[in-house]
Amino acid sequence: MAQRLLLACGIALTVAGSLAPFLWFALTSFKTQAEVEAVPPLWWPSGGWHFYRVALFDHHLLAYVANSVIVAGSTTMLALAIGIPAAYVLARVKLPGKAWFLGGLLTVSMFPQMAIAGPVWRLLADVQGLNTHWGLVLPYVTFSLPIVVWILASFFRELPAELEEAARVDGCTTWQTLTKIMLPLAAPGIFTAAILTFIYAWNEFFFALLILTQPGKQTLPLGIALFQGEFTIPWGELAAASVLATLPLVLMVLLFQRWIISGLSAGAVKG
Amino acid sequence: MMKSALRALSADHAAAWWMLVPALVFTFTLAVYPVIASFILSLYRIILSMPALGEPFVGLENYAELLRDPTARQAFLVTAGFVALSTTLELILGLCIALVIHAQFPGRGWVRAAALIPWVIPTAVASQMWRYIFNDQYGLANLLLFGDRVAEYVPWFASPGVAFLIMVLADVWKTSSFAALLILAGLQLIPDELYEAARIDGAGLWQRFWHITLPLLRPALLLALLFRTMDSFRVFDLAFVMTQGGPGDATQVLQLYGYKAMFTEGRMGYGSAVSVSVFLAIFFLSLLYIRAIGSRLLERNA
Amino acid sequence: MADLELRAISKRFNSHAVLHDISLKVADGAFTILLGPSGCGKSTLLRVIAGLEPQTAGEVLIGGRSVDALSPADRDIAMVFQHYALYPHLSVRENLAFGLAMRKTPRNVIEERIAETAHLLDISPLLDRKPKDLSGGQRQRVAMGRAMVRKPKLFLFDEPLSNLDAQLRTNTRIELKKLQQRLGVTMIYVTHDQVEAMTLGDVIVVMERGRIRQADPPHETYLRPADPFVAGFIGTPPMNLWAGTLDRRPGGWIFRRGGLEVPVPPLRTDLSGHTDADVILGVRPEDIRIEPTAEPSVRLEAAIDVSEDLGADQILHCSVMDERIIVRVSQRPPIPAGRRLSLSVPQDKWHLFHENRRLN
Repeated sequence: MAQRLLLACGIALTVAGSLAPFLWFALTSFKTQAEVEAVPPLWWPSGGWHFYRVALFDHHLLAYVANSVIVAGSTTMLALAIGIPAAYVLARVKLPGKAWFLGGLLTVSMFPQMAIAGPVWRLLADVQGLNTHWGLVLPYVTFSLPIVVWILASFFRELPAELEEAARVDGCTTWQTLTKIMLPLAAPGIFTAAILTFIYAWNEFFFALLILTQPGKQTLPLGIALFQGEFTIPWGELAAASVLATLPLVLMVLLFQRWIISGLSAGAVKG
Repeated sequence: MMKSALRALSADHAAAWWMLVPALVFTFTLAVYPVIASFILSLYRIILSMPALGEPFVGLENYAELLRDPTARQAFLVTAGFVALSTTLELILGLCIALVIHAQFPGRGWVRAAALIPWVIPTAVASQMWRYIFNDQYGLANLLLFGDRVAEYVPWFASPGVAFLIMVLADVWKTSSFAALLILAGLQLIPDELYEAARIDGAGLWQRFWHITLPLLRPALLLALLFRTMDSFRVFDLAFVMTQGGPGDATQVLQLYGYKAMFTEGRMGYGSAVSVSVFLAIFFLSLLYIRAIGSRLLERNA
Repeated sequence: MADLELRAISKRFNSHAVLHDISLKVADGAFTILLGPSGCGKSTLLRVIAGLEPQTAGEVLIGGRSVDALSPADRDIAMVFQHYALYPHLSVRENLAFGLAMRKTPRNVIEERIAETAHLLDISPLLDRKPKDLSGGQRQRVAMGRAMVRKPKLFLFDEPLSNLDAQLRTNTRIELKKLQQRLGVTMIYVTHDQVEAMTLGDVIVVMERGRIRQADPPHETYLRPADPFVAGFIGTPPMNLWAGTLDRRPGGWIFRRGGLEVPVPPLRTDLSGHTDADVILGVRPEDIRIEPTAEPSVRLEAAIDVSEDLGADQILHCSVMDERIIVRVSQRPPIPAGRRLSLSVPQDKWHLFHENRRLN
């Protein structure tokens, strides 16, 4: 009985602690300007969609959303296209030195961004990559490769070796074995890797700050971090923008909770 | 005849190498080379705003300056304090969350999803959110503590210690669930039989936790500890968005300090020295990580 | 269809040698069994033939042509894997078609072959199912079908029945035998199960620690094992084997171990110079009689220590002087433990080995 009570408390605290701060922020987004500026603050909003309209149209939020979709989408595609074959080889082909590569990737995933910021910035400046989406996608792909490769390598490793041998006897090349046999079987792993890569690219802040200095090119986190009004911080609009930036992610978590959890704990790689 | 057998095999190996090449190119161009370049840059004095000075080679002078500079020392202390405090709290809270979401109960999937939400929220959003919660006039914190007594409302971010603690709180809120997932994976490896045996032996709830869960969870806890340590060492977004390092230098963490040196003041060389120092610290930690946990995974691939 | 020849195949993994100098000829249309305990190298040998593992030295010839430079796909072989290796995301039909499609076989030929094979194996109703919707026996058939549909020169089987339960294994074994007789194809079949080996094989290749110990038809392997390993490996319960010495006596040779003396049968090998040689004497439990026989035989006085009644047969664990001997008899009513028996072993039932060679 004591155990059940303890569990009930734990569940209540987990849910409340996780959601309450953001719910407060979300409530703010539905207030009126007067309600936002009320001291002491008011609990319940009555303003409806006002701040959403302002954020979307006066602050060009849609442009930020579009930029984020482009950047996160292309990062996911490219990271998978590069990561899948690499993960397959690292999981299944006996190659000298591949343990080093896997270990190295793990280390790369932990690089502090500053350690590479200067040279990456210079490199992109040299190839006209600053203030372009592809200039941002390149480092994003690099730093999602560890997640993608580790998740998929652990997935490929679980698939029976006999299947590949059967494919070889049936006449598949390494590439055909991957595309015709292993890929369809690894679909859940690929899906997981795709979700985590998308979340990473959608949320990333440092490189976006470094590479995108023109407002028209900037992604959502940058827009939200640099959100400025004329005199004070426009909390209502900011809250509305935050809710919009977070909504797709919340939906992904609600729908794909199982995949996200398995992906994060499978390779034990941070997303 | 043996050679031909080898040739048949090495054609396959060649294909395998080609499949690795794109990943290698990306990793080398945008991760490995930049780190090396950062190290080289850190040996020069490069000040972007003063191109007339040229870019003289100064050896380890930037590192010497780093050791002398009290602001750098402050940034290191803030970072170390942040790492120690946030990692400890995240592990404790993460363990609690993991125990909750490991238990069997209806609607567990929803609770797991709820616990994941802080993790999935962009740090920029979380930073603004906590900044708003601790706002001196409109904030939830003041409302909860003082209600209508507006005169007692506290300007939280004006106090260096409090601003630092808010940054820790925001990080703990956001990443405890990640620690919880790593610990959850460890919990799932403990067979139920052990708990049943312990119950038959007369162990209570607390004793089962203390004598079975905790010892068997050690590898998972160690993994979570190292991951969180390495990750919180490179904290940047929170400080940049929430406090810009202030008040004073109270929340100026190393990466923010390096960023300002490099991109605000244009001191490429000195900023690189800061970056390389952070890199070395984290690299050392990641070696520990690979030794502790990775070797098992790597052996399977060897 | 084709014959297979292995010339001095060796295989090492790093410094660990798993196959030593294996030479073997398999006639066209023969059903050849690779039999041995786990770790004897039989599966590795099969994989070398398939081209899944390159050999360290030696040559594989299929149909008289060296295939060492060829990939598994180009060797014109088919393989049935232990766990079947059916592609889980493809239907049975697609599984059967896959290898043909990879070889750019025309669509209509593929359809034709699938229909033919499915009919032969009685899996036509299963063609549109996925492997996960099949029973173990059905999966096994599909795996066979996938091999057959390609009409390869050589069929390779890697313990294909080991995942079936006992009843199904027996049925499938019989089916397989029928199939092979009907198709007359060359098959190499790896197993550790001596019943499968004895019933299926035209030739049994017994392997141990990376070497071939004997390659003969089943009855020959059973009746005249080439060395003590084969003698002990084939047969249930295993052959009684005693290590002892050989002595010349007037009138013939005597095997001696402790106080036990056994006159040995006529030898094929000239044994002058082998006095006091270390030898191993064997006799199968089922060749020992418990009533006197007319044939010239050796008599042994035995006490029954333990008696196991298997229903049809009875296994008697006996002592002869200080030696243990296992006897298999069909006797009703069963003989209880404690009884003393007079065992007789016909002269021609003894097996005598010296330094891993058969003497008689």
